[in-house]
Amino acid sequence: MKPANTMLSGAEIFFECLREEKVEFIFGYPGGATLKIYEKLHDIDFLQHILSRHEQGATHMAEGYAKATGKVGVVLVTSGPGATNTVTGIADAYMDSVPLVVFTGQVPTALIGNDAFQEADIVGITRPITKHNFLVRDVRELAATIKKAFYIASSGRPGPVVVDLPKDMLNSSCMYQPPEDFSIPGYKPNYSGHPNQIKKAASILADARRPLLYVGGGVIMSGATAELRELAEKNNLPITMTLQGLGAFPGQSEQSLGMLGMHGTYVANQAVNNCDVLLALGARFDDRVTGKISAFAPDAYKIHVDIDPTAIDKNIIVDIPIVGDAKRVIAELSRAMHKTPRVNEWWQQLNGWRAECPLSYDMDSSGLKTEYVLETLSDLTRGEAVVVSDVGQHQMWVAQYYKFNHPRSHLSSGGLGTMGFSVPAAIGAAFAVKDRPVISINGDGGFQMNIQELVTARAYKLPIIFIIINNSFLGMVRQWQELFHDEKYSFTDLRDSNPDFVKVARAFGLPAYTTDRADEVEGLLKNALNHRQGPVLLEFKVVKEDMVFPMVPTGASISDMIVKRLNPQRMV
Amino acid sequence: MKHIISIHVANTFGAFDRVATMFSAKGFNIHSISIGETEIKDISRMTIVTSGDGQIIDQIVKQLHRLIDTIKVVDLTEHDHLERELALIAVNYKKGQLDEVKNICDIFRGFVVDINNKSVTLEITGPPAKISAALNVLAPFGIKEIARSGTIAIRRGEQVSYPKQEVA
Ligand SMILES: Cc1ncc(C[n+]2csc(CCOP(=O)(O)OP(=O)(O)O)c2C)c(N)n1
Repeated sequence: MKPANTMLSGAEIFFECLREEKVEFIFGYPGGATLKIYEKLHDIDFLQHILSRHEQGATHMAEGYAKATGKVGVVLVTSGPGATNTVTGIADAYMDSVPLVVFTGQVPTALIGNDAFQEADIVGITRPITKHNFLVRDVRELAATIKKAFYIASSGRPGPVVVDLPKDMLNSSCMYQPPEDFSIPGYKPNYSGHPNQIKKAASILADARRPLLYVGGGVIMSGATAELRELAEKNNLPITMTLQGLGAFPGQSEQSLGMLGMHGTYVANQAVNNCDVLLALGARFDDRVTGKISAFAPDAYKIHVDIDPTAIDKNIIVDIPIVGDAKRVIAELSRAMHKTPRVNEWWQQLNGWRAECPLSYDMDSSGLKTEYVLETLSDLTRGEAVVVSDVGQHQMWVAQYYKFNHPRSHLSSGGLGTMGFSVPAAIGAAFAVKDRPVISINGDGGFQMNIQELVTARAYKLPIIFIIINNSFLGMVRQWQELFHDEKYSFTDLRDSNPDFVKVARAFGLPAYTTDRADEVEGLLKNALNHRQGPVLLEFKVVKEDMVFPMVPTGASISDMIVKRLNPQRMV
Repeated sequence: MKHIISIHVANTFGAFDRVATMFSAKGFNIHSISIGETEIKDISRMTIVTSGDGQIIDQIVKQLHRLIDTIKVVDLTEHDHLERELALIAVNYKKGQLDEVKNICDIFRGFVVDINNKSVTLEITGPPAKISAALNVLAPFGIKEIARSGTIAIRRGEQVSYPKQEVA
């Protein structure tokens, strides 16, 4: 530790601040504007710098790390193209409320605005996709700014913060003092819900006959899973989770109805349709969840708990809004419940729907089914793994078939739906998660979007299982083409152009295996799970033109759910 | 419906951009926007005239609050308030018309602030409706150019108060 009140350069102050914030990892890529920081980095031992192979990769790695741990993910890139390459990851983090601090190099202050070499106005570019951002012109403001950045990223509804660091600022020096406590006037996240609202909600919930908990990622972010369990178990409440909420409640539990929404289970969507009290916890009524707004939980009294006031009454008008931290509010709600609701009849109805239309797939001669691969994986790992999906059909099947036991175990790009997320995000997670397997699940399309990061996994010997669900199509888009676009399979067929993934992986230095046979799935997965000395790749060649069901088409109501192919049977 | 929203923001780099970016990113309307200093150092006041139904205005207010630099947001439409706008209006005049133009200016309690042999520039302040009325009456002379400040507004009587630590 440097003594207080010494002259330090901007680059040295940068590291003093990261030490204060107890940063363990920086995911980054060097360049001209950040050379001074990399010079100092050479002698730093309290944190590890992880070299990605693309700045987008570094940003998703930081997201994976942050989603798996709840800590702030830290990114360091150079100016111009280094900075612009982080934009997709920042937007992704913004949509999914992931705490990141992204440090970008910038050209010297005197050159800002001059179209200098590798200049990009990253503060301007990222303004609509960050929780906040800063340009640090004066080295004397650096320490306080970094402290604010970490605080803003991690408090309230978390999100990404960009800190732009001009080169001359990093080179200049000032007296360094660890920043005192600070206040940001006007930024005071509200953590405790309004007591009267909570009381009202508790009494409504206690009188409910058909209650439903609709649980989103906010519950996981606030660390409220124990409180959720207590509330749900004491009152025998059914639970449905969003894509980001999976893991908030054990997927194997009888009380879990699975995911709701576009590719949600029949029972979950029927429950939404028919409930009389809907308690939304850390969820935001996203259009992929609600479908047609007017048909969403039409008869339900709606209670909405969220830390972000803008989430309330944004998509749907609710009866009782409660602005607060899910952990505190759920605990208070439990305490305020003076009786348990009578839900026996409701459970009979729910179990009827569950039996009527369970998730199912046919194991026929047509070929290997993705559902089978994922179900086998779920069984083999007993729901204990950290599963990082990419975007597409396989992502929905992961959500349906992997029964997550723990929070922070299902990492997926929900809001932005970013293909190319899984490979780097799994790498970021694997730096933090040592006691459970980390499994990256990809489509053959998305896998090619950040394929370069396989090198990073190998270089750091991370025991990640990279799985490619290879259907030789951009499957999810193909599905929409089949259903809604007159079967015009425009540019979604990769059959003639996909590389030999096994050869590619081997070239990157990974052991790699492929199969199209169901009877080889378990053996391959078992071997991969036992391989702890570095990454492996498994390619499963699955049925080419499969579809994810059930499906509620966009803008349709849940009662228009399609449950089977070719014979779009309308339910209800 | 039209709403006048007053926003106090920390006078930081990009604070104004953040507000404007939020409006465009969310697709909210801005009819006018004006910014100026306040009685407190490092805090600026923005007045935005916008429109939308109740749910939209509610979102606008919340989204403004959500910006880190925002210190206070008030929907003045909900309170008894004063509205003013300033317009500089350059009006053409022909021989013999000058008195008439000056007369109109007087009726609107404006000032003549510049003149040459073809046009005269008037300064008129008042609620936006008054400016519009003045423009209507002046239109037949031929309006050469207009600059309007956008609406500013303040609550009547009651003072806007700040949490303590922010005053210093
Ligand atoms: C970066 C990006 N580009 C395009 C899309 C649109 N998109 C959504 S799903 C999908 C197909 C994904 O195909 P693949 O990775 O093979 O996965 P599958 O659906 O077959 O499981 C595409 C192109 C996207 N989500 N992200």
